[in-house]
Amino acid sequence: MAEFTEGQELPELRVTPDRFLTVRYAGASGDFNPIHIDQDFATSVGLPGKILHGLYTMAQVARAQTDAGGGPESLKRLKVQFRGMGLPEQEIVVTSKVTAVADGIATVETAAEQNGSQIVRNAEAEIAIS
Amino acid sequence: MPVTTSAIGKSYPPTTYAVGREKIKEYASAVGETNPVYLDPAAAKAAGYADVVAPPMFAVVYKSPAVIPGLFDPEVGINFAMMVHGGQEFVWSAPVVAGDEISTTTTVKDISERGGMGFYVFETTSTNQRGETVCVGEWTNIVRGV
Repeated sequence: MAEFTEGQELPELRVTPDRFLTVRYAGASGDFNPIHIDQDFATSVGLPGKILHGLYTMAQVARAQTDAGGGPESLKRLKVQFRGMGLPEQEIVVTSKVTAVADGIATVETAAEQNGSQIVRNAEAEIAIS
Repeated sequence: MPVTTSAIGKSYPPTTYAVGREKIKEYASAVGETNPVYLDPAAAKAAGYADVVAPPMFAVVYKSPAVIPGLFDPEVGINFAMMVHGGQEFVWSAPVVAGDEISTTTTVKDISERGGMGFYVFETTSTNQRGETVCVGEWTNIVRGV
């Protein structure tokens, strides 16, 4: 059983997507936008290279919550804003802090950072306390 | 060119997505999930599920086919070259397991303009074959230079 207290920091999640991750995620999610899977196309539209799918990064934020909450059904709500862009082969760090505990729900403020900038920010999760 | 708001409230025909065991495994592996309830039917059954469970963010997989018609609707008028995914919210209720059939309905929740940017908000409601709501999603797409 997961226990939460206000002000508690949940375990950090660190992941470094490999150079082919965007291709696997495109296949798994169905989002084949070439900015994610074609290096030449991405650079031709002014990007530094293939960029991560925002929803992949959101999935890392979700994983940090379900790992802390004890399984898939613990995550009741997740709201994020995407900023900038995530890149393959660079570490993503997800940090999470409990801001309130009430009525069986822990509210968590969370973010995903890469190279010192937040690529998911102002994110809020609700975790059911089992 | 200002945004046009006539499509607010418009809905699109529901899509149905059949959730498969191998698709859940493929998705779970791509996002780095290692919890055996996503991967191993025996572990899922031991945890009380009928089959492997979808990670919460698998909602993307069963909802995306329902969102696409709204994104491409000329009445909504999104300029794709200038679009970024600005924000996303999901609210989950009943779990999704392999074998479920998930129906999703999309509605244009809001279209607005602030600071030269268009904000296009779509709401998706997904229910399973028993009529239970499994997930409500809100997709915010931002278009620069409207």
